[in-house]
Amino acid sequence: MSTTAVTRLPTPRTRRSRTSGGAVNTLPLVAPSVVLLLIFSLVPLAATLWFSVLRYNLLNPAIHGFAGFANYRFLFADPALLHSLFVSVALVVEVLVITVGLGCILASLFETRFPGRSIARVLMISPFFVMPTVSALIWKNLLMHPVNGFIAWVTRSLGLGVVDFFTDWPLTSVVIIVAWQWLPFAFLILLTALQSLDEETREAANIDGAGPIRTFLFIEVPHMGRAASVVVLMETIFLLGIFAEIYVTTSGGPGIATTNLTFLIYERALLAYNVGGASAAGVIAIILANVLAAFLVRAIGKRLDI
Amino acid sequence: MSARNRTQPIAGTFAWLAALLMFFPIFWMFLASFKTEVEAIATPPELIFTPTLENYRDILQRADYLSFALNSVIVSFGSTVLAVLLAVPAAFGMAFYPTERTRGTLLWMLSTKMLPPVGVLVPIYLFARDVDLLDTRTSLVIIYTLMNLPIVVWMLFTFFKETPKAIIEASRIDGANVSQTIFSVLLPLVLPGIASTALLNIILAWNEAFWSLNLTAHNAAPLTAFIASFSAPEGLFWAKLSAASTMAIAPILVFGWISQRQLVRGLTFGAVK
Amino acid sequence: MRMRHLLCGAALLALSAGAASAATITIATVNNSDMIRMQKLSPQWEQKTGNKINWVVLEENVLRQRVTTDIATKGGQFDILTIGSYETPIWGKQNWLLPLDDFPASYDYNDIFKGVRDALSTGGKLYAVPFYAESSFTFYRKDEFEKAGLKMPDHPTYDQIAQFADKLTDKAHEKYGICLRGKAGWGENMAFLDTAVNAFGGRWFDMKWNPQLTSPEWKKAVTFYVDLMHRDGPPGATSNGFNENLALFTTGHCAMWIDATVAAGMVYDKSKSQVADVTGFTAAPKEVTDHGNGWFWSWALAVPSSSKNAKAAKDFLAWATSKDYVKTVGETDGWTVAPPGTRQSTYANPEYLKAAPFAETVKNAILSADITHPTKDPVPYTGIQYVAIPEFQAMGTQVGQLISAALAGQMSVDEALKQAQASVKSTMEQAGYIQ
Repeated sequence: MSTTAVTRLPTPRTRRSRTSGGAVNTLPLVAPSVVLLLIFSLVPLAATLWFSVLRYNLLNPAIHGFAGFANYRFLFADPALLHSLFVSVALVVEVLVITVGLGCILASLFETRFPGRSIARVLMISPFFVMPTVSALIWKNLLMHPVNGFIAWVTRSLGLGVVDFFTDWPLTSVVIIVAWQWLPFAFLILLTALQSLDEETREAANIDGAGPIRTFLFIEVPHMGRAASVVVLMETIFLLGIFAEIYVTTSGGPGIATTNLTFLIYERALLAYNVGGASAAGVIAIILANVLAAFLVRAIGKRLDI
Repeated sequence: MSARNRTQPIAGTFAWLAALLMFFPIFWMFLASFKTEVEAIATPPELIFTPTLENYRDILQRADYLSFALNSVIVSFGSTVLAVLLAVPAAFGMAFYPTERTRGTLLWMLSTKMLPPVGVLVPIYLFARDVDLLDTRTSLVIIYTLMNLPIVVWMLFTFFKETPKAIIEASRIDGANVSQTIFSVLLPLVLPGIASTALLNIILAWNEAFWSLNLTAHNAAPLTAFIASFSAPEGLFWAKLSAASTMAIAPILVFGWISQRQLVRGLTFGAVK
Repeated sequence: MRMRHLLCGAALLALSAGAASAATITIATVNNSDMIRMQKLSPQWEQKTGNKINWVVLEENVLRQRVTTDIATKGGQFDILTIGSYETPIWGKQNWLLPLDDFPASYDYNDIFKGVRDALSTGGKLYAVPFYAESSFTFYRKDEFEKAGLKMPDHPTYDQIAQFADKLTDKAHEKYGICLRGKAGWGENMAFLDTAVNAFGGRWFDMKWNPQLTSPEWKKAVTFYVDLMHRDGPPGATSNGFNENLALFTTGHCAMWIDATVAAGMVYDKSKSQVADVTGFTAAPKEVTDHGNGWFWSWALAVPSSSKNAKAAKDFLAWATSKDYVKTVGETDGWTVAPPGTRQSTYANPEYLKAAPFAETVKNAILSADITHPTKDPVPYTGIQYVAIPEFQAMGTQVGQLISAALAGQMSVDEALKQAQASVKSTMEQAGYIQ
């Protein structure tokens, strides 16, 4: 990347905007985005908070009135809530470990020169373009199905028996599907980062007698560190909201084995049309989002030098 | 560019293996789209079969594919253009003239993305009804713009921060105003960054399946609704669904393939040092 | 195509000067094959009336959530909704739907089975007209039964079904004695389980709306189901719904399958089924009672009260659920696929009876499914495989999840039912049924 060649000059970032250069007022620049986002997030937030203390069921206008904290009481009495928080976090962490781990290895492999590299790269990133519902349907019915699926056919032919994915390994199965979709994203960003590793460093490692594995572990992996932080931040945002894959494959089950917070809210909001209850769960989701955001800020924001 | 100079057959073999493995599900779906429904679920799987175009014919007869695809294109490109237009000044301001609030603002923006949309469906639906925006492309463009704005601002911010400040300072000293600085000095420098941001945004908008299903009916329905009209009817549907899926992802897949070089170059997120 | 119809319509309109102006109506419907056929045939109606139709075709679950959101918020996006016998009385009671009792005499309301009309009425008014209706019954493989020297009785009991399944299972060759729904959902595994619970003498609520899920009948029925599926069911049963089981049955993996009667048309379709020639069918199993042992469901068409084109919408309904429509389908697409279960005239038609060997059994199943007396003991609700109250969707799905957890071996049946009872009780208290 060209950016590596740029000498970073002392920047005006530590100074206040008022004192920098030509006294630029950044307010008109930043305001449109901030104001729009504020409206887009605060109005629904206010509505959610308000609904969460109402007895409000869309399907039953006879139920109405102020509920106080009853919606929250019912929610906290529900063992599904704690479990769904656990599933949400487990899903994010497992997918992150897989995508970042494999992403690093694959990025390193694709940094070498080999015939048909650009075609292989295209194949590699293709899953990212597939709609979540479609990929869940393909995996569930054409690949992972224990009777008709391709994987069952392979393992059966090899005499290994059949894995009943969605019964015995429901969360793992969802993780596999989601990881398949997001691995290309991690791969792309890590590959981009690796391309900026300058040749001299590699040469030096070579001369020192480091083999490919040592080069990978001690030169390439540290170089990808910042990019990996970006992947973690971006993917966390999207993975917390995973819904279609669960909805299509397991409907949150068996039991509540794959019910994450998003799915729980969906059940409240669009199956029960219990707007009050769903809003209470929504408030919990908002709190979770902010806790996670704060955590990510500490862990990653600093590394990224924002 | 720094691809290692020597060809490495072992690494190459593994890379190809991984690529084929990753692509296999899509390939398998593509194959299934040319099978009959019975062949699509046959065990052992039918590897050799007489391909049929029946599924595609059926689909084109039943649904107005072009209208769905056009809606997808308009909505995803429209929202991307809007988001970039809004985000460029914001990212510029934050990258070059940061205040102590900048970091907080950026992270607050990102955290708005973590709210599950299903929780706010009812208020948004009521609002869209009252302003007469149900089943319009406008409503989807607005929602996607705002939904993806945090990501766009953040990506552009990271690109802008990579740009040497000296150039900006110089142009300011030369007497250029802010918009001149942005358009004639900064933009050419960060164009690859903007392009890959836009690409990513188009893909995200194209695949969004909650608002597009819940706010549209007929006039504004994009390809995600097209898919929902072929998934899970009573009866065998996997071959037809495979064909519909192939049609739904083909445009974005081809678009992604063509622009992948751009994606590979641009997705640095300021992470490259 | 569409352009031409538009032109034809315009021409017709010009001819019939003074006629009502042409309307564009939006129809939301499910992507099942019968509705797709309706979409295909609808240009006939468009040409006749000069109106135009916008179709919104979605899969069942997406459609239900889409349509419910719209009608409950009075969004007014649709002129015709495809809804089931579950929603119709609930929405009718809220005045969200227009009553449909003013169709012309030629429509012949009395030709529609009384049970079907009742299921779509509330307060004595019809709020949706039936497009097709179904019950559930037992499919079985005649060849497998013959090979094992077994004979399927006309009215089997669950005990007999279990004995047959034990004999016919050969897991090494991927042959499973029985396939049943296991995917969680009020319209998936619970649809079957409710009929089984009814047959074992259980019920959802007593007359005071106290949930009965920990009763001995429920325990017996669910234990029976879980044990049977473990012994003789296919792997992956917890994610099998109607379609997955249809795929398993038509590819010859199941010896028996208890599910919707509409599957008959698909199982007997030789181009899509490998077992068309060797499949037999009989009534749904009973046990201590035959009340509610087979379910009742009807897909019906309704007009929301927010529709601005109610006149054209009603005109379309009168066409799409008429005797003539059934005849049109029979003549253009074959009598096997004529919309079943709604009209006496369909079952009086010799051509239909000849083409559909399952017709008589289906008719009997539908006629004997009495949604007003679904259980052995009296209950305060209507509905066989559902309870016609708005809270049921979520409640049924939650119970379905717990039972699928028991099926997956994550918890015992007792534990699952205990949790189910607690969650249903909490919902019913929250909604104010239990004081």
